[in-house]
Amino acid sequence: MNMRVIDTKFRLVGTRPNRPDGLDKVTGRARYGADFSLPGMLWGAVVRSPHAHARILKIDASEALALDGVKAVVTRADFPTGLTGEDWNLQENTMAGDVALYDGHAVAAVAAASALLAQDAARRIKVEYEVLPHVIDVDDAIKPGAPAIRPGSGDHSVPPQEGVHPDMVRHNVVRNIEFGHGDVEEGFAQADLVMERTYKTEATHQGYIEPHACVGQMGEDGKGEMWVCTQGQWFIRRMCAAVLGTDAAQLRVTPSEIGGGFGGKTTIFMEPLALALSRKAGGRPVKIVMSRSEVLRATGPTASASMDVKIGMKKDGAMTAARAEFRMQGGAFPGAPVDLALYCAFAAYKIPAVEHVGYDVLANRPKCAAYRAPGAPMGAFAVESLIDDMCRELGLDPIEARLKNAVREGDKSSYGPTFGKIGLVETLEAVRKHPNYSAPLGPNQGRGVATGYWFNHGGETSVSLAISEDGTAQVSIGTPDIGGTRSSIGLMVAETLGIPYENVRVNVVETGALGVNEPTHGSRATFASGKAAVIAAQQAIGEMCKRAAGEWGIDPEAVEWYDGAARPAGSNAGKFPPMTIVEIARKMGSTGGPISGHHESVPDGVGNSFGTHVVDVEVDPETGRTTVLRYLVAQDAGRAIHPSYVEGQFQGGAAQGIGWALNEEYVYGSDGRLQNSVFLDYRVPVASDLPPIDTIIVEVPNPGHPYGVRGVGETGITPPLPAIANAIAAATGVRLRHLPMTPPKVLAAIKARADG
Amino acid sequence: MVEVNLWSSLKRFTGGELVVTVEATTVGEMLDALVAAHPGLRPFIEKGVSVAVDREMVSGRHAPIKPGSEVYLIQQLKGG
Repeated sequence: MNMRVIDTKFRLVGTRPNRPDGLDKVTGRARYGADFSLPGMLWGAVVRSPHAHARILKIDASEALALDGVKAVVTRADFPTGLTGEDWNLQENTMAGDVALYDGHAVAAVAAASALLAQDAARRIKVEYEVLPHVIDVDDAIKPGAPAIRPGSGDHSVPPQEGVHPDMVRHNVVRNIEFGHGDVEEGFAQADLVMERTYKTEATHQGYIEPHACVGQMGEDGKGEMWVCTQGQWFIRRMCAAVLGTDAAQLRVTPSEIGGGFGGKTTIFMEPLALALSRKAGGRPVKIVMSRSEVLRATGPTASASMDVKIGMKKDGAMTAARAEFRMQGGAFPGAPVDLALYCAFAAYKIPAVEHVGYDVLANRPKCAAYRAPGAPMGAFAVESLIDDMCRELGLDPIEARLKNAVREGDKSSYGPTFGKIGLVETLEAVRKHPNYSAPLGPNQGRGVATGYWFNHGGETSVSLAISEDGTAQVSIGTPDIGGTRSSIGLMVAETLGIPYENVRVNVVETGALGVNEPTHGSRATFASGKAAVIAAQQAIGEMCKRAAGEWGIDPEAVEWYDGAARPAGSNAGKFPPMTIVEIARKMGSTGGPISGHHESVPDGVGNSFGTHVVDVEVDPETGRTTVLRYLVAQDAGRAIHPSYVEGQFQGGAAQGIGWALNEEYVYGSDGRLQNSVFLDYRVPVASDLPPIDTIIVEVPNPGHPYGVRGVGETGITPPLPAIANAIAAATGVRLRHLPMTPPKVLAAIKARADG
Repeated sequence: MVEVNLWSSLKRFTGGELVVTVEATTVGEMLDALVAAHPGLRPFIEKGVSVAVDREMVSGRHAPIKPGSEVYLIQQLKGG
């Protein structure tokens, strides 16, 4: 049962028209990354390290280059030197330098006349390695004496370890963060119950259906083009230019239709290799399409985490103090989202004293990429699991306990700033009233509740809108559509202009068409591109009012726009019949030329979002298998522009969370090689694993957006991990603190309890 | 004068102070004044920080800060 809490009074906003990309997608006409081909195009293949950590002694490509049809081979020697900071990290991850840092790290690439020939040539490139000691687990990597992956790479935030014996130095800690407020020891002393536990989560992949794919073309003059599956064409442009040492403006990047991203397509992987191969092959375009195995071995999973959480609680559920120490590895490069995880960990609660400590740790794994609310799901797993245990210990209802501590408008957040208008309480009250929360449970069944939070993001944004000669409108946006932005922006523009939704076409355009846009990340596209598009439409309306005023011979200030037409503003302005957008557009060539609107900014007014999930599971005591019986998502959307897409985001977050909680994990052998690099072994949920996922769209409008929008893409994956863990604990009486909660793990926990 | 709330790890560079007072009317002036008063903060600010002013994440150096505004420095936010 899907419900909406607040109805709207808009003409189009809040309705559910057909999606503009639907027909193309169901008929196969939509063009994804691998669908692009060009005359004279070559195919690229990548040679990848089979070792978790190894010095590259020699690369011999002579046998590959001797094959007829092989046109170019590139290694790190073909890339510029002297890069620093994140540019160096990107270059190093694109192509290993002296040392391969993880299983799957690219060490060479080849371009040939066919895909098969390129793969054959890649196999004939001989690489000699000296295998080095490796480390995979975050707690192992942080230990004194662990293999040093990149000695000295800790940044300015890591306190110096002066006077520490060299064997005791923690080489792999590259970033440290601490923040909080109040006296936590005093808070714990005031509590009736203090509990402290340790939790672990394994790395999981975003699991987008479409593998990475691109066609790159670059001449010796540094001018190039790229067609690529990405969440951010300007990021691709900037990062490729940095890695290759070329000028950003000389590279034109066109995004394809996108088959999922979830944050994993906000950075570069093999894209610079296609351009480098093209440059070396005389400017012939080069296409690279990753296999699923390459996607899992060499593109961004999320971090794995080890987390200690301590909470103090009064008998009535009031939290008195909390402390979290999170350790996360994000692969062989800095960037594990430990800071974001900590910021979100206690964000839902008003706690007098809180302390957060975080460590970003290197390990011999692929460079982590953003994955939907980066870090927040792991932190929620730890905090919300512990809160659940404490509620059971004190005999408290989990929703009442959360309401007791819930942040409201005007409360200080756990990370400092005061909250503006937020909708956490509304999500808690909405699930409490929903029939799922009172549905009867049978034997071996249990119910879990958890809350989650995500900030959302504004980001650099540029949008252009043009009125066509027939009064329809075309909108150019720079944020690839991974969640329905073409539809939601079309609705907002049509609402603003006062024209039918079908009269607006929204296009995702290439880098030459607009100013810089950040990717579709941080749940920002409908908020930021949408806000910019509304402002651009208002600009066009201003111009249309001016054109009408010119025709009527009155002051433009005396004209108003209503229901798709210019009208005199009151009787003093004169008596003229409304001039419709169609009439104004038809004459625009003779009244001043094209009519358009633009907006460029980093939009303020981002609205953060809370969600609460309720899940019922049944655990088979003979096998340990968990079946999800019913699932309920309530989340504050601010205002749902196209409710079907909002519900889809809620349901998608729950589905991904179910996979993360129950099955998904990167499994490494003792040799540091990834053991499950295909979907047969890396098990994402399939339709038969999922129950109906009910949704409640809570609408507490964001005052920072003209239609009240809050981003909705990420919050939905923050509560599922603890909600499911809490439901399993309710069903079995055993608490699992290490994800994923696979049948063998659940069965072992049940047996351990039975054995006493 | 503006009171700027830092995250605790930065206390190492501000003589143990978690709240630092600077003269500023914009975010840019505030960040520049922080670096001038506490040079150890420079690499953190150059790497990029998010700034919350009066309940909102603000977007640029020109964003105004009023006397008495609530100002927090936060590690740079992004997302998936």
